[in-house]
This record gives sequence, C-alpha cells and structure tokens, in this order.
Amino acid sequence: MARTNPKKDVVIIGLGWTGSILGMELADEGLEILALERGADRETVPDFAYPQMIDELRYGVRYGLFQKPRNSTLTIRRNLQETALPYRQLGSFLPGDGVGGAGVHWNGQTWRPQEVEWRLRSYVEENFGADIIPEDMTIQDWGVTYDEVEPYLTRFENVAGISGKAGNIKGVIQPGGNPFEGPRSTEYPMPPLVNTYDSVLFQQAAQAMGLHPFPRPSANASRAYVNEYGMQLGPCNYCGFCERFGCANYSKSSPQVCILDALKRRPNFSYRTNSEVLRIDKATDGKTATGVTYYDADAGEEVFQPADLVIVCAFSLHNVHLLLLSQIGQPYDPVAGTGVVGRNYSYQVLGGTNLFYREKQFNPFVATGSQGVSIDDYSISQIDFAKEGFIGGSYITCGHTGGRPITQISLPPNTAGWGAGWKQAVGDWYGRSLSIAAHGSNMSYRDCYLDLDPTYKDPHGRPLMRMTFDWKPNDIRMNQYMGDRIGAIADTMGADIVAASYMADGKQYDVRPYQTTHNVGGAIMGTDPATSAVNRYLQTWDCHNVFVMGASAFPQNTQYNPTGAVGGLAYWAANAIRSDYLKNPRPLM
Amino acid sequence: MITFLRILGGLVVAALVALLAIIYLPVRHTPPGQQLAADWTPAPGQGEYVAKMADCAACHTAPGGQPFAGGLAIASPMGTIYASNITPDAATGIGDWTLDQFRAALVDGVDDEGHRLYPAMPYENFRAMSEEDIRALYAYFTTEVPAVANEVTPTRLAFPFNQRWGIRLWDWVALAKPGFQPDAVAAADPQLQRGAYLVQALAHCGACHTPRTPFFSQDGLTADSAQFLTGGVLGNRPAPDLRGPDSAPQTWSADDLKALLTTGRNAHTSVSGDMALAVEDSLQYMTDADADAVVAYLRALNPKGGGSGSAETPVAVVVDRLDASTDATARKLAAGTDLTEGERLYMDNCAACHFTDGKGATEVFPPLAGNAIVQSGVTGGLLDTILYGAEMPSAAKRPERLRMPGFADRLSDQEVAELATFLRGAWGNTAGAVDAGAVASARVAGVPAN
Repeated sequence: MARTNPKKDVVIIGLGWTGSILGMELADEGLEILALERGADRETVPDFAYPQMIDELRYGVRYGLFQKPRNSTLTIRRNLQETALPYRQLGSFLPGDGVGGAGVHWNGQTWRPQEVEWRLRSYVEENFGADIIPEDMTIQDWGVTYDEVEPYLTRFENVAGISGKAGNIKGVIQPGGNPFEGPRSTEYPMPPLVNTYDSVLFQQAAQAMGLHPFPRPSANASRAYVNEYGMQLGPCNYCGFCERFGCANYSKSSPQVCILDALKRRPNFSYRTNSEVLRIDKATDGKTATGVTYYDADAGEEVFQPADLVIVCAFSLHNVHLLLLSQIGQPYDPVAGTGVVGRNYSYQVLGGTNLFYREKQFNPFVATGSQGVSIDDYSISQIDFAKEGFIGGSYITCGHTGGRPITQISLPPNTAGWGAGWKQAVGDWYGRSLSIAAHGSNMSYRDCYLDLDPTYKDPHGRPLMRMTFDWKPNDIRMNQYMGDRIGAIADTMGADIVAASYMADGKQYDVRPYQTTHNVGGAIMGTDPATSAVNRYLQTWDCHNVFVMGASAFPQNTQYNPTGAVGGLAYWAANAIRSDYLKNPRPLM
Repeated sequence: MITFLRILGGLVVAALVALLAIIYLPVRHTPPGQQLAADWTPAPGQGEYVAKMADCAACHTAPGGQPFAGGLAIASPMGTIYASNITPDAATGIGDWTLDQFRAALVDGVDDEGHRLYPAMPYENFRAMSEEDIRALYAYFTTEVPAVANEVTPTRLAFPFNQRWGIRLWDWVALAKPGFQPDAVAAADPQLQRGAYLVQALAHCGACHTPRTPFFSQDGLTADSAQFLTGGVLGNRPAPDLRGPDSAPQTWSADDLKALLTTGRNAHTSVSGDMALAVEDSLQYMTDADADAVVAYLRALNPKGGGSGSAETPVAVVVDRLDASTDATARKLAAGTDLTEGERLYMDNCAACHFTDGKGATEVFPPLAGNAIVQSGVTGGLLDTILYGAEMPSAAKRPERLRMPGFADRLSDQEVAELATFLRGAWGNTAGAVDAGAVASARVAGVPAN
C-alpha cells in the first residue's frame, strides 16, 4: 500500500518560516532536501492578489487561510478532571495552513525576548528567591542565553526586513527606542512605520508620565527593502488587512516574500504540497529516525520518505503531536511529573482598555498589523516580582491593526448587539476609539500540558492531541496589574468613555473568543533531558537526527509575540547543524 | 518587331534562368571567418555561455519541454513557425550535422539539406558571430547537451511563404557581410568592441529593438546605421528605443542599466513580456565584464556618452515621501476630491503599490511617472499590463518573481481606457489618450502573463 520515495538527505516537515529558513541554510550545504507541506501552495499573486484578498468575510470571518477543524484539530479541557472535547470551531487560536504557514497570516509584530527571559528561573531565584515561585509553576531556563542567540535574532530581523528603532545598540541606550531591550548588534534594517493618530496620542501620554514609548518593531515594510537573499519587500500602504490575510502588496514579511523564490532556485531543494506527515519513522534501535511517512493527498496513498535528517517545522502544536505519535521522547505525565513531550504548554495573557472620544476621528482603516507605539516599562525585567506578588510582565501598546467593518468596529459597553440601536452606535462611534493593550507572558505549570487524546481520532485514524490548560492566579494577577497601569495612562488621555477588559479572579480558559495564536511549549528546549524534549540546539534527546523548530521549544511564554525568537532560534539551530552536526552526526549534548 | 521579340524572349529566358538559379543553385556557404587549428577546443563552459548569451533556449526549448528539443510555436506575420530540435539526437536533432552545416545555419540561414531557414532564426545577427564562438557552440550542441528524440511539428506556412526559395531574395536585402566588424562607435576601444559584439551578434538586441524595413529586415545591424536600436514593435508591445535622447541608456546611470539587464528591475522600471524571458534565460548569466561591456556600448551610442540619473536612495519612509510631494497630480490624488474617472480608478486599483506620486518603490513597484512603456506610442505594452498583469523574472541577484495582478476581470474596456489615458498624462507624462477600441483589441490579443 505504501509507496517508498528515493532517499533524501533532509526532509523538512512544514514549509513556513522555519522550514524555509532551514531549507535555505541546508541547501547551502549542497544537501538534497525535500520539504513536505500538508496544505496548498500559495503565492502572493494569485493567492493573495488585490482585490480578492481584501475580503473580510471570506478570510477574516470564515478563516479562508486556516486549517479546517474537520481535517486537523485537537481536544481541549481545563484540568485533569474534565473530559476533553474536540475544538470543532476555530476560536481562541487559529493554526495556519499551506505554504508560508503562520508567516502568511500574521500581523508582523517582531520582538526579541528580554535577556532575563532566556534564563527566567535563574533570574527569579537569583533576584527574588526560589520561594516566590509557586509550587505548581514549572518555569525554567531556555538553555541558551540572549548573548548567544543575538546574532541569529539579528539575522532573522534582517532577512525579514523589520522596521523599527533600536533602543540599545551594544549597550548604548538610543533615544526613541526601547531602553529595556537587550543590546542589539545593529540598528533595525528599516526605519519605523509612521504612527497613526491613536498611537501619537498614546505616545504623548506615556511620555508625559515619564514612561519610555517607542515604535513597535514591525514586519510591515516602511520602504522598499532587499535582504541577503536578494528577496524584496515593497513599502506598506497601511491597508489594514494583515492579520488573517496574505499581504497583497509584498509589504508584510513572509516566507513567500523573504525566502521562497530564492529557495526554489536551488536545484537541490524541492517541495511537495498536500502532503501531510503522519509520523516520523524510527530505526529499530530507536536512536535515529529513518525518515517520515506522509499522506500524499493527490495520489491518495501513504508514502515513506527516507532521509538522513528530519527537521520538524510544523506549527508548534503539530510539532508536539508528531513527536507524541512517533514516540520520540517520553510523553509527559502530569501526576508523576515525569516525561518531557507535551510538558510546559503555555499561552499568552492579554487584556486591554478602549478609549472612546465623541470628538475625535482616528480613521482606523489606515492601519498596519504592527504599526503603533509600545512601552516596556512594565516588562519582566522591570517588575519587582516579590513586591507585586506575581511572576511575569507585559508590553503595553497602542495602534490600530485595521478598521474592518465586520470584526473591527469597537463600540462602548452596553451598546445593543443588533438592530437599530446597534446601527445608531456604529454611526456614532466608528473610528472614534483607540485601544491600549497589554500583551503579557504566561508561565508554565505542572498541569498545563499536551498529550494524546484517549477517545478522538483524526481522519488518518491517529489519536488527536489533547490540550489541558487553564489560567492561573499568578497570571491573572499580572494581567490585573497591567490593567491598573493602563488605567493610569488612560486617565490622562481625556476620553469620554473608558472600557477596560482584564481577567477577573478565578477566570477560566474559554476557547470560543479569539485570543491569540501564540501557542507555545510542549517540546521545550533545555540542557537537562529529564525536563526538556530537545537540547539547546533544538535536537531531540532521543533521536539525534531529528530537530524540532518553532515555538514548541519555549519553556514558558515570553511577554512578546513569538516570531522573532522562532526565527532567531531557527538560524541558531541551523548553524549548529551546519557547523557541527553534519561533520559528525551525533547527539550534540 | 522581331528584334523586340528577340529582346523580349531573351529577357524572359534570362529571368527564367535567374529564377531557376535562385531556386536551385546551392547557396555558397560562408567560409570560417578565422582559421582555427584543427585541434582547437573551446574553454570549458564557453559553448554553454555562448548558448546562454545567444538565448538559444528562448525558442528551441518549449515551455515544459526538454532543453533545446524544439517544438515551440512561434507566431510570425507569415504564420506559425515551429522551432527545431537542436539536441545531438541524429534522427530528430542535429547530431549528424557537420561543423560547416552548423555554421551555415548560423550565418547563412541554411540547414543541413540546403533548405532556407525562416528568419525567425536571427541569422541576420548571428552572421556576425566569431568562428571561436561558432565552434564552441557546435561542440556544446553536439557533445554536451543531452540528446532528445523529439520529432517537431514541421512548419507549414501558406503560399507564398511556403516557397522558401524566396528567402534568398530577402537575404540579399537583409544580410550584411559575414563576421564582426566594429562600427564607428566601438572602433577605438576593446571593451566597446566586446559590448558591440554581444549586442549585435550574440544577444541579437536589434531583433526587437531595431525597427523593421518594409521587407521585415532589421533597419541597420550596427551603429553605423541611424535606425539601429531606435525601437521596434513586438506583437502589440513596444521594444523601447535605446539610442534617443530620452532613452534608458542615455538617461540612466550605468549601474541602473546594468541592474535592469542582469536582474530585470531597477529604480526606474522593470522588464516584462519577452524582455523578462531574455533576462531570465540569458542576460542574468552575463559575466560581470560582459555586462559592463554591454552597458558601456549602449551608453556610447549617444554622443553624450550615457546618462547619470539614479533614482533616489530610499532612506526615507514612503509616507514621508508622499507627504512631501509637490507634484500637481500627486497633490490632487492625495486630496481625493473632484477626481476624474481615470484618477478614481487609479486610486482604487493602482495607488496601493504605485502610490499617489506615481513613483512606486525602488525595484519593487515600477514608477509610472516618466515610464517609457506607459508613454509609448505603441500602447499594447501598457494595456496588456493593466489587463493581464506582469511578472518580473527570477534572477540570481533578485530571485523574487514579483507579480502585478491583471485587472481584465475587474475593469471594462472603457475603464481601462480612462485609466490608461490618466496614466499617460499624469505626473508630467505627455502621451496621448487611449480609446476603448484599443483596449478591446489588446484584450483579445493579449496573453495572460500569469
């Protein structure tokens, strides 16, 4: 039944950001590479072409670019006592599909975790004492330091063409940038985008309070750009169709715009779409992988693809699912606290305050996914955890990502949800509000994890993955703290109506409303095989020829959007493979 | 009367003899322009490089077909011509051709059996090819290229074009002396001579960029002819003038010209259509020295010695640039009031990339202000692009296939005409209006680029 393909040197699972990066890096080594992508092929034109892409109903509401739950989903419960049920309708998070992956539909906010976040447990213990860490909190160090990864974070930002303003270059604080970031080796490759009116007001208010506003680092190009591969970005026109959309304008950094046409020129690289990897196949001794088995949807058959090196580059949740299905690494057991695969799944803690002004018009349809102004004054490195009673932090930010008519009309509290009252309110309030948001860390906990579901199966007959996750008091307190800080800023901004939305005590995870697709952990990196699934080079401890990229490696979630760290770690791991592993394939630790 | 009849009869006989001679006398093959030693061998890679520079693949490799196995259908004013298989396959390719036969095809336009080739094969230009390059090319096509058995559809044109002997008459009009002789522009300088050789012979730039005579021959093969490279028409698209005072080589910097030839894009414009194929399959592979030589020669065609215009270095963010623009069209579009239909269509369909100042973005979105294709008297290039879009070629230094989507499904003929008319008069552009009839023709003639 199963067909066997000719052997390749490398097989890459998933052709998004990390698959494209690893493809490019390993193609330079002259290796024969095949990338397998479960979804369809996608190119800017025709797949994201104007005007078809500017269709909020099709792409923003009906999720045209996302995975269909009928093809791929997981089950979710909030604690060990509940029975997990399938996530049948996309809500809380939106895994992408197709070539380019999440790199197609993201907003483009491109951050670096702070220096202290890479060694969070050590930082907390050294500065506040181990006893402030709650007993069920399983945070740990990443196994790499900021200084080690910095050149690779820079490389990714240069490949992606990020617009921004550095706040710290080699230890020298730069006016106008983020003074609380780690030292950068260079300035951003492009100057920041121009601020819209809402972010200008926020900037003025923050400045007046002695805070340190700076432009959000953005993967929406502020001008034309050429990267190291000769790939090009065009200047963004602020159309406001970033998140959930492919960019019609070559302006939002994506694998398509930044890497893929260069990669496709390499004669030793090829890729197949509609080819979902079902499992990674192990050698009989279990110490290496022999290749992968995928389902060729065009041919309607399973295919064994032999390879010397397997690079797992799917979305973070799918990376973990594949490791569980392939029995690479011991599955995590939350009761015994043993095992590693599935351990430390975490999410992101968000909240926000809307300010409504009867006399101001913000023209929110002039927007980009990542234009805006932020402050890091309440970030992880700036908070006295012992005093405040929580571990974590947030960046606080203001800036429209769009003014789209279906999902981006912000109305004051207690407005009618339909009918004449709603219509009246839309007429009165469209474009008359700004939003200040807190985007925060989420710690990892003993009973927040991923494993295989005992009941439900996917269309290939494989067990679905099961997510067990809920909010914890530590993170709720952090979110409430941010609400107070934002409230203090909002008080100075003269709004007619202020509507705040933060987590209440005892808040439970609700999968229905969209929150964020920053799902991290489950195949975390580290230096101890007892507490991590991959080592500091993203190599699995069990099979030395299997490397796992992506946010599944985060031991807990940072306060930032993950892509900057994901891209940097991909180049970091690629360097280890190129400079060390290929010469002598073996466990690197 | 008898004398008259005798004279008449003599003339008829002479004409008949001449006709029979034209039809049946074998062509005298041009001898080698240079005597090379019998054991002369080309440098490694030379033949492949010559094949790239002459862009043999453009016609002899069909889309999706094996390299050089022929079969591409080439539309000509006389009918469809099918490119031949030039792989070493003896039965269907040129595996059994001698060097003399191979040379005759390149410089005399005659195949191994003495049949005349249609001038879709640019032997008008290849006639200037050096013997070393011919030998290198022969070695490449008979020993290096994999043989492919591919029987190509025979070319069968309608009468009178199926009478191949008539091409002999055309050859008398069209062909220059064989071999490369530097023109006055290139005479004094080895780099200019190399550039002239590449432009005139291998890259056969004149096949598109030189206007045609009433006999469809190129109106000049070197700079010694005033019409050489002054612009031609390819289908319904313009092949821009390369010599006039407003032409690219005479207004752009050398670096910008080199970027266009080797990457298909620069700060001023980007290539599309057949020129995109020329960059993708041929020009991007020029050695740096050859690219510099071509650029130097093209610039030397003008007494001023070429332009210096280089687009602004993109240091500022685009929004700041737009806010600072003082151009009347840019200000009117930014104000957004009392727009004409053409202006409104531009804002709704084009301004997202090309912006209100019509300057686009360096190497990504071609400027429309001052654009030669936009303002050409041959409007097909502009209309084709609006209707069916355009795609930049993938080149080593600029691999991205940046594409403009087509708007044929979205805009009516009248709307395209309004839009094109606006573009041709905006931001200081000075070309005339386009009517809906021209759009209707372009809509039928155009081939979707994507």
